[in-house]
Amino acid sequence: MSEGDWPLFEVFIRSRSGLEHKHVGSLHAADARMAIEHARDVYTRRQEGVSLWVVRSADIVASDPGEADALFEPARDKVYRHPTFYAIPEEVKNL
Amino acid sequence: MYTQALDTHGKEPAGSTEAEPRAAHFQARVDAEEKIEPKDWMPEAYRQTLIRQISQHAHSEIVGMLPEGNWISRAPTLKRKAVLIAKVQDEGGHGMYLYSAAETLGISRAQMLEQLLSGAAKYSSIFNYPTLTWADVGAIGWLVDGAAIMNQIPICRCSYGPYARAMVRICKEESFHQRQGFEIMLTLTQGTRAQRAMAQDALNRWWWPSLMMFGPSDADSKHTAQSMRWKIKRFSNDELRQKFIDITVPQAHFLGLTIPDDELHWDEASQHYHVGPIEWSEFYAVLKGNGPCNRERLEARQRAHEAGRWVREAAAAHAERERSRSASQAAGEAA
Repeated sequence: MSEGDWPLFEVFIRSRSGLEHKHVGSLHAADARMAIEHARDVYTRRQEGVSLWVVRSADIVASDPGEADALFEPARDKVYRHPTFYAIPEEVKNL
Repeated sequence: MYTQALDTHGKEPAGSTEAEPRAAHFQARVDAEEKIEPKDWMPEAYRQTLIRQISQHAHSEIVGMLPEGNWISRAPTLKRKAVLIAKVQDEGGHGMYLYSAAETLGISRAQMLEQLLSGAAKYSSIFNYPTLTWADVGAIGWLVDGAAIMNQIPICRCSYGPYARAMVRICKEESFHQRQGFEIMLTLTQGTRAQRAMAQDALNRWWWPSLMMFGPSDADSKHTAQSMRWKIKRFSNDELRQKFIDITVPQAHFLGLTIPDDELHWDEASQHYHVGPIEWSEFYAVLKGNGPCNRERLEARQRAHEAGRWVREAAAAHAERERSRSASQAAGEAA
């Protein structure tokens, strides 16, 4: 591996306990441990997090934006999955 | 810290020859203020414009570490030193966010680094001016970062998602940079006669280059219209420059400093400050490589790259060894 080939890692930060890890950006590192150290310096200089995840970008499998319609269209006509779909008389409470 | 509408130089990308329906769909999404993401289809000229602008912006952050880094070892107090180190580290961080954003468009980090180190890439020409005194550190934070914020805030709404997100992060951090710079100027102007003179001298030298950071006047700015249509750019160079002048002049007055411009006056009719003509020949000379520090800046980056080579090689060798170790361990367990 030459110096130009340091793999790309995606960085996820948990900003405080109780919240999920959220994607914040990416960086290059020789290995995962270095990626954590770089992520600390690049993305948490102002206490932005209490926990870091790094994942090799090459290991992420993403959906194809070109197929977004086919993938997500089936949910479009299923408004009955939302509570507001159901008409309930005013006088009925706690529902 | 950035910049001078860096999209105003470099080669004009070829006009769009893309299939029309896709191009029209793309423009409709941009018009609707939708964000474009890395895997979405985009016109090649849009991609190239962004690669050029974001990479130049990244280079500017990296080279921008040099003029201020020059004063870390000579900062007047431990507090100032700690602040300056944090600021310079932020600039490095900004470069990293931006290189990552550019990489999503298909250019590699190595290619960008090569363009910077070979001198092929442009960066903001403000960093080709020297930092002669401590007051220059204050003037840079106040004026250069101030101009950068003015330029960068509209880019937070750029149509390209990764660039916009990087910009949001950067703008949050820039505010500290500008305020610490102003505070340095304030302290100096409340000091001895010599300290006040030092602050005035720094303003004298940084005022005009700061105004030039917004790029050529609209009449000479060749990329503005297309960049506006793509919502990469939201305001023209002259609009942003005027906004910067209008907020900065009263700050200078507060400091008791004199803006080095005989023609400067408040214009009642337009409700703006009027400034004298900008010496554009200086701007173009610095851009062409003939500024006071162009060579020095490039050499410093090249030296740093060479000096760090052994570290990069050692890290790569270590990673390689760890990988083959865990691979042979896994093979052992499997056997």
